[in-house]
Amino acid sequence: MSKEKLTNQTDDIQAAKKDVGKTFLEEFSKSSTMVTILAIISGLILGGLLVALTTEEVYTAPSLGQGLRVALNAIWKTYEALFTGGIGTPSKIVAALQSGDAVDIRRAFNPFFESLVAATPYIFAGLAVALGFQVGLFNIGAEGQIFIGALCAVAAGIYLKGLPGIIHVPLAMGAGALGGAIWGFIPGLLKAKTGAHEVINSIMMNYIAFRLSEFILTGVLKDPERFVPVSAPIQESAELHRFFQAPIRFHSGFFIALVMALLVYILLYKTTWGFELRTVGANSNAARYAGMNIVFNTVIAMSLSGALAGMAGANEVLGINHNLAVAFSSGYGFDAIALALIGKNHPLGVVLAGLLFGFLRNGAVQMQLTAGIPIDIISILQAFILAFIAAPAIIRTIYRLKEPDFEEAAVKLSGWGGN
Amino acid sequence: MEPVLELRGITKRFPGVLANDHIDLTLQKGEIHALLGENGAGKSTLMNILYGLYDPDEGDIFVKGKKLDVNSPSDAIAAGIGMVHQHFMLVPVFTVTENVMLGYEDLQPNRLLDRKKAAARIREISEQYHLEVDPDMYVKDLSVGAQQRVEIIKLLYREADIFILDEPTAVLTPQEVDELFTIMRRLVDKGKSIIFITHKLREVLEFSDRITVIRTGKVVGSAIPKEADQNSLAAMMVGREVSLNVNKKPAEPKETVLNVEDLVVLDELDQLAIDHISFEVKAGEILGIAGVQGNGQTELVRVLTGLAHPVDGKISLLGEDITDANPRKVTELGTAHIPEDRQKDGLVLNFPIIDNIALNTYYLEPNAKGIMMQQDSMLATAEDLIGKFDVRTPNAVTSVGSFSGGNQQKVIVAREFSRTIKMLIASQPTRGLDVGSIEYIHNRLIEKRDDGVAVLLVSTELDEVMQLSDRIAVMFDGKIVGVLPAAEATKEQIGLLMAGVVSPTSEV
Repeated sequence: MSKEKLTNQTDDIQAAKKDVGKTFLEEFSKSSTMVTILAIISGLILGGLLVALTTEEVYTAPSLGQGLRVALNAIWKTYEALFTGGIGTPSKIVAALQSGDAVDIRRAFNPFFESLVAATPYIFAGLAVALGFQVGLFNIGAEGQIFIGALCAVAAGIYLKGLPGIIHVPLAMGAGALGGAIWGFIPGLLKAKTGAHEVINSIMMNYIAFRLSEFILTGVLKDPERFVPVSAPIQESAELHRFFQAPIRFHSGFFIALVMALLVYILLYKTTWGFELRTVGANSNAARYAGMNIVFNTVIAMSLSGALAGMAGANEVLGINHNLAVAFSSGYGFDAIALALIGKNHPLGVVLAGLLFGFLRNGAVQMQLTAGIPIDIISILQAFILAFIAAPAIIRTIYRLKEPDFEEAAVKLSGWGGN
Repeated sequence: MEPVLELRGITKRFPGVLANDHIDLTLQKGEIHALLGENGAGKSTLMNILYGLYDPDEGDIFVKGKKLDVNSPSDAIAAGIGMVHQHFMLVPVFTVTENVMLGYEDLQPNRLLDRKKAAARIREISEQYHLEVDPDMYVKDLSVGAQQRVEIIKLLYREADIFILDEPTAVLTPQEVDELFTIMRRLVDKGKSIIFITHKLREVLEFSDRITVIRTGKVVGSAIPKEADQNSLAAMMVGREVSLNVNKKPAEPKETVLNVEDLVVLDELDQLAIDHISFEVKAGEILGIAGVQGNGQTELVRVLTGLAHPVDGKISLLGEDITDANPRKVTELGTAHIPEDRQKDGLVLNFPIIDNIALNTYYLEPNAKGIMMQQDSMLATAEDLIGKFDVRTPNAVTSVGSFSGGNQQKVIVAREFSRTIKMLIASQPTRGLDVGSIEYIHNRLIEKRDDGVAVLLVSTELDEVMQLSDRIAVMFDGKIVGVLPAAEATKEQIGLLMAGVVSPTSEV
């Protein structure tokens, strides 16, 4: 190749780089991020429709116009309650700030901080599942890993005594991560060494985790002073730091989750280990061809995934409950699968999706109280959003988006059948 | 005379691509009409339109003078158009009869399948056209050639008059190719008409009656075999002069690089795939391995590159025993590997070029410092190689999955050739590539040989092996049945060896 042609080529590349800004909008409309955003909007619209259709007054309205008004009113009230429950009531915030009363201000801002508190375990667990997906592994065992993580963290919180918080908190958090890691390591090892499917084995590990935690909570770890199977409270030194006084429960776990997201991002996209993990996930044949160790990477990925899920459990007991009760997790590990898919298995996407889930879950409580809309509507909303994300063709058709040039296996559930 | 099939002004647009641009094509009764073009020229799109799989944006199809609306393959079949796809559409665990009946079932009065009637009809057809096949055999037990005959019988069973054969020779031995052309001739003698899609020039000149050449979606010329030659057709197809013959100096073999002794390998199903073979490859020579697909070549390459391990025998590379080495070790000793299946093994399709270029050196300087990847130097390397190896891409972060096959192969070649290598194992390096890319890859292989690299070329394309190799080893049924100096070998000789007929003169 001539030197001239070579420089031409690099010029082309330079030019292409500059063009990026110009064609950004066009590219963006093709991108899966756009599909995700539209999927969320479409989910909200369908959810609203469902609210309208299940409102009795809509059917008993005397005229069509009136019925329509009632329907829109119901939808408005629902989403207004969701918003005020999840973020706060603007008028109350203004009033509280004007009055200058500390308790009032804390009360006014509480919904927002409570959403962050609710989002934290979602972010940890979402990272866990997303990391697995990136390596082509479906860690459906996050829920069990959360229980084991909580169990280990509580044990470390109760039995390690006389430590300063700066040491005790990381130790307890680390114990949770280690417990989760062991729970992920086992199906990972079975997969790598025997080919046993990680989905089956991590489900089995879930059952073991649930029953094991019940056994321990009714046995050695049970608070003898209480009738129900609940552990004794952890040492104060093991509690995650709360930044404000009651009722705000916002604690340092949120920032630990963000740091973990950053670390996962660096691991996956900036290190040679992450390159191996992603290659194994994207094409294990090519990974083998390139001299990567599939067995090692599979085991490591499942262990790391388990560790992140374990931290979700540790976060809840060290940050919020300060003890461990039976069935303390409301299915974070399973919601995390949906969350990872919405977040496109990218750490930043997981953080955003985690915030969305936290906001929806927290807001839904308020919605149930003031608008009388059952909390389950949130599950239906999530299901709509997921269905749209899983079937991007629907969104692309409805909104007439351009087809991507090359359909990436964005939501890759390898391990199902193929692999 | 009225043509049996006429396409007028067929146009098909895909987002960003004009796949077919006002294509006109006429097929006369009783002719073999070759449709010649590179991959991506629009041949398959055109045939898929004719077969009802795509809707054309413009243009009309006439069969025997009548305008035809094809909305689905069943419309095409009803109009007497049949297609044999490059990848056969057969159910391996069904018998020949069941496969032929599929979608065109004969029923007994009680609504059950009438297999007997169908089998009788198949016997009748196979006698009439000399298409030997046993209707009761399972398709999975048939040779590739026989499977192709089943596909043809399927069309005859449906009383097709117009046959579309998509790259029918790609999977056949030279002898099977000859047999196929005898069958094709017999079909046209009995009044059928054939459109024969290919990019192999020799076959077109030998076996067709008329040739239409397509390039970038347009008809760029037509010819009659008598008046055309390979060079003129290739130039028409590619749009520039191409050298079809590989120019190379005589080899200057030096020290032995790869030595294989008494190798025994089992395949994934624990069946004997390689049966005690020994050979060596010297620096500065190309050893070509010829053979029909599935005679142990795949397993041989896997074992040589560390992806699988032999049960017996010894492999050494530059004196070092690599019998049980892993791929990383083999790579680090200076082996480059162009894998047989570039999409499955050679590339991560949804990774950008930059990552694919670094696929097996990602952990070495300058791609990494410690455990941290160095994106900047990776990008610089990738951009440099994109230029040097003429990879056509807007930038270095485009996913290779959006590339054409030729471009994907260039990414692999760029990656493998950019390291210092002593041994090159190239498996089917030009499979599915267009003439221009083939020429390019061939020249690069010769270049490496002349640089003193030992080259092992595994290919089922006999022409390729004969053109490039200095010595040719023929594999059949897991054994090397003959090693011939390329200069003296004839096509017939190798063809017989490939079919398992060992000629007494060949030295083993």
